[in-house]
This record gives sequence, C-alpha cells and structure tokens, in this order.
Amino acid sequence: MSDYKAIVIGGGPAGLAAALAAANEGAKVLMIEREARLGGILKQCVHDGFGVIRFGEKLSGCEYAQRFINGVKQNANIEVRLQTFVIQIEKTEEFRITATSARGIEVFTAENLVLANGCRERTARQVNIHGTRPAGVMTAGVAQNYVNLQGALPTKRCVILGSGDIGLIMARRLTLEGAQVVGVYEAKSTPSGLTRNISQCLTDFNIPLHLSKTVKRVFGNNRVEAVEICDVNDKMEYIDGTEEIIACDALIISVGLIPENELAESLHIQIDPRTKGPLVDQNMMTSLDGVYSVGNALHVHDLVDYVSETAEIAGKALTQPKKQREWTDIQHNGFLYLVPQKLDLAALADKTVFYFRTAIPLASAILKASVDGEVVFTKKYAHLKPPEMEKVEVPLQLQQGQKVVFSLEDGEVR
Amino acid sequence: MRLVCIVCPNGCVLEAEKTPEGIKVTGNKCKRGIAFATEELTAPKRSLTTTVATVYPDMPVVPVRTDGEIPKEKIFDLMAYLKKVKADKRYRAGEVICKDAMGLGADIIITIDMIE
Repeated sequence: MSDYKAIVIGGGPAGLAAALAAANEGAKVLMIEREARLGGILKQCVHDGFGVIRFGEKLSGCEYAQRFINGVKQNANIEVRLQTFVIQIEKTEEFRITATSARGIEVFTAENLVLANGCRERTARQVNIHGTRPAGVMTAGVAQNYVNLQGALPTKRCVILGSGDIGLIMARRLTLEGAQVVGVYEAKSTPSGLTRNISQCLTDFNIPLHLSKTVKRVFGNNRVEAVEICDVNDKMEYIDGTEEIIACDALIISVGLIPENELAESLHIQIDPRTKGPLVDQNMMTSLDGVYSVGNALHVHDLVDYVSETAEIAGKALTQPKKQREWTDIQHNGFLYLVPQKLDLAALADKTVFYFRTAIPLASAILKASVDGEVVFTKKYAHLKPPEMEKVEVPLQLQQGQKVVFSLEDGEVR
Repeated sequence: MRLVCIVCPNGCVLEAEKTPEGIKVTGNKCKRGIAFATEELTAPKRSLTTTVATVYPDMPVVPVRTDGEIPKEKIFDLMAYLKKVKADKRYRAGEVICKDAMGLGADIIITIDMIE
C-alpha cells in the first residue's frame, strides 16, 4: 500500500487548494515545497486584487495565500515537507517520489500525483536583445522578490520591457518605493496585462506605455547604463532609424510566463504546444493515469481565483474511485487555447468547466459547442481579449465516437 | 470622460460625464461601476499595498495594506510615513500596525502571519 493517497508537488496556490480539496474528502496527502514557507509566488504579491471572485473581497496575494495555508495547517490529513526538492519520479503500480532535503534523500509513495509546480518567467535570453549582460537585467518577478521579500530597491531609474501584469504591478511598486520608471515598452500593438492594471499601475502614476516598441540593445559593463529602444512592425522586425537611447540602471523584463513541466516531461506526459502545459481532461488528469496538473503548471492563469478552482477539481477527482478512462478529443477553432483539451466520457458530469483565451481581440463574439455537427451550446461575449482568460460551463452529453467541436466566432459578422 | 473601472478584474471601460442631474455613467456591467466613476470624478480614492520594515532578519520587510481606501493624492505622503514604521513583534495577518494612519481614515493592516 502506498504511503499517501496523493503527493502534491508545490505549495503555492494550486498545490494548497488541491491538497485541501483532497484532504477534505478524507485522503491522506503529502505536500512537498522547495522553499521555507508555503504560498509560492503569492508570498511576494503584496498588491491587492486577489480573491474578488472567490471571496468577494479584494485581498492582497499574501492574504489570499494565508487563508489556504491556515486551512492546510489545520488539516490533520495533510503533511507538509518544506525545503524539500523532488529529484525523481518513478511510475510502478504506484508513484515513487525521490526527494532531497536537509534530512537527506527520502522516498515517498503515492497512488496519485498532483503537479503544481507553477510557471517560470521568460528571461532576457528568451527574447532577442543585443548588447552586454551587466547586472541590472532582471525579470519583474526577481525585482518583486528584491522589493517585497528582501526590502531592497534594485533600481533608481529603469525601463520595463513587456506589459504583462507583473511588469505593470512592478512599475507601480518601484515608483511607490522612489524609483523612476521611464516607461513600459511593449513590442506588440496591444497591451498584455489586464486593463485595470494599465489604469491603476501606469495611468495613476503617469508612467507612459509605449506600444510597438522594444528594447534592441543593452549597454553597460558592470551595471546597466542605458538601453536602446526601437520601433517594431507587426512582424516584430526592427524599423531602422527609430532607435533611441535611454539612460537607466536596470532593465526589467515582463515578457510572459511558461508552465514549468520538467517533472511532467520526465514522465513522458503529453504537452499541449498551445498552453505549454500537459493535455488534461475535465478532471485535470494528464495523459498518464493518476497524474494531475493544476494551476500555472497547466496553463498560465491571470487570476489566482481560477487557479484554486482548477486545483480543487483535481483534488476532489483524485479521491473518487478509479474507472477506466474514455478519452475523447475536442476540436476547436478561434481559440488561443481551450482547457481541458480532452474529455473523459466515463466521468462526464452534467456540466463541464472550460477555460479559454481568444486567439485575437474581438469586440463581440459567439462561443459555440457542437456534437456531431449539432450546436448544443452558445454563449455571446462582448470584448474578448487574449490576455483575459474566460471560464464557461458547458452542459455536454455525448457518447464514444461523437465529434465535439468548439468554435469562437466574430459576433460582428453576419 | 473615459475611465477604466478597477473594482474587479472585468476592467469595464466606463464613460462618465457630469450633467446637471448628476454624474451619468455608461459601460458598467454592475452598480459598483457607477460608484467608482462618481468617486473618480469627485474625490478619487485608492487602497495602498506596500511593505514596512521589521526587526527580524528572517523577514526584513512585511506586507501591509490600507484597510479601506484613502484619497489618491495622499498615496506618496502615506508611503513616506510608512517608511518610518517598524514591525517589532510577530504580527498575524489582519492585525493593525497603524491605527487610522495620518488621520486618513484607514488602518494599516499586516497581510501575512509573521509566525512560522
């Protein structure tokens, strides 16, 4: 018999919610977290706006995490290992997890595995920037760690590349702490972050947002001295003659997040090239029986409320009696991505929750779900944007062999 | 006047105008948008989230926020005020560290458990 019903890897919002949901159904759970404190990235998210959907309150990221941490600490079914790092997972009749910590190397076994590893920031190496690599080039998350956890100000005057939410939040945070944010530069022609963050983080503090502009080059030997800004066209090519040099001591990069799936890949779990996370069914189970993927390891969310929600679906599902799965594909068009990508017909509930992003901005849109060519569900939307994830509950009833197609169409077209 | 509502993640784009009958708001998905736009045109308010220093080396700063909103133009004054505050005990999330800071009508509360 396995040591645990489930091992949850990662003690951030996704891992916390999955562990609690499983433990509340009576499952014995081990949570493995590599840092000294639970909470994941929310530890450094001192800003508010979390929990509006889940709790109907505007909480800071820290407070949001604290509610789940309290739940985990009070739950006798959950064991937590901090400062412990998973180095290997083997699949036999159960899962054998090898982890390392100050206690040495230990092996734990479980019937199920929840991958809640979160995501990583894309770095300067993943966007083509020329020039030197002096101190002062950092991701927005690293800058956030300096300011919010270490109480250190990593810049006096900086340029922010990328208009992702963390970049916008850091533009405001650094400004409040007394740094000068020269501007936020976005290579795309539309901002990546939430509209309200553009408003409350940039507009409120008179920080300019420059679209279709990028950082071409970094100058400086020991420390960043300046960056070269350049216009780009819609193919992301530099436009010659538009270069401009801006003096600064830091370049802060907020150019996207990528799900972290090294452990999933080591288990040969199928990855969706669109989300860069595992392919899952409606219970968040991956292509490998008993392995669930939740939170930002599955796909990058913009609201933690939905991270908790998907993690709870997985946490609850893993406690249910196992049945042979019947996986069916979902075809879709018009979406940047649609999660889940598969349906397990053996476990289909009355309603299935889907999360999606539109491929292109739409002023008005119609989502349609059809089974064997017959439309079974439609929903209208006003204003869909790729940066804003949507959730929809679709009543789906189908049999093996039936073809499911989801489409997102421009509502303006007649 | 065009405004982006910051009350919830929807981020509704509002049109607000001053009319003799009062402030007229369109584009809001819920009634909180009307309240936000009205306040924004008369006395804009914001909540402030930041950190304050502590006396503990394992946690050099601790996250705090205003429990409520303060006038928008007082944000930097409050930041300067909070620079002088130092947490010298292990607070729990929700505990007040500054009661009615600067008389702006909002308490400053700690937002994590400092106890491990």
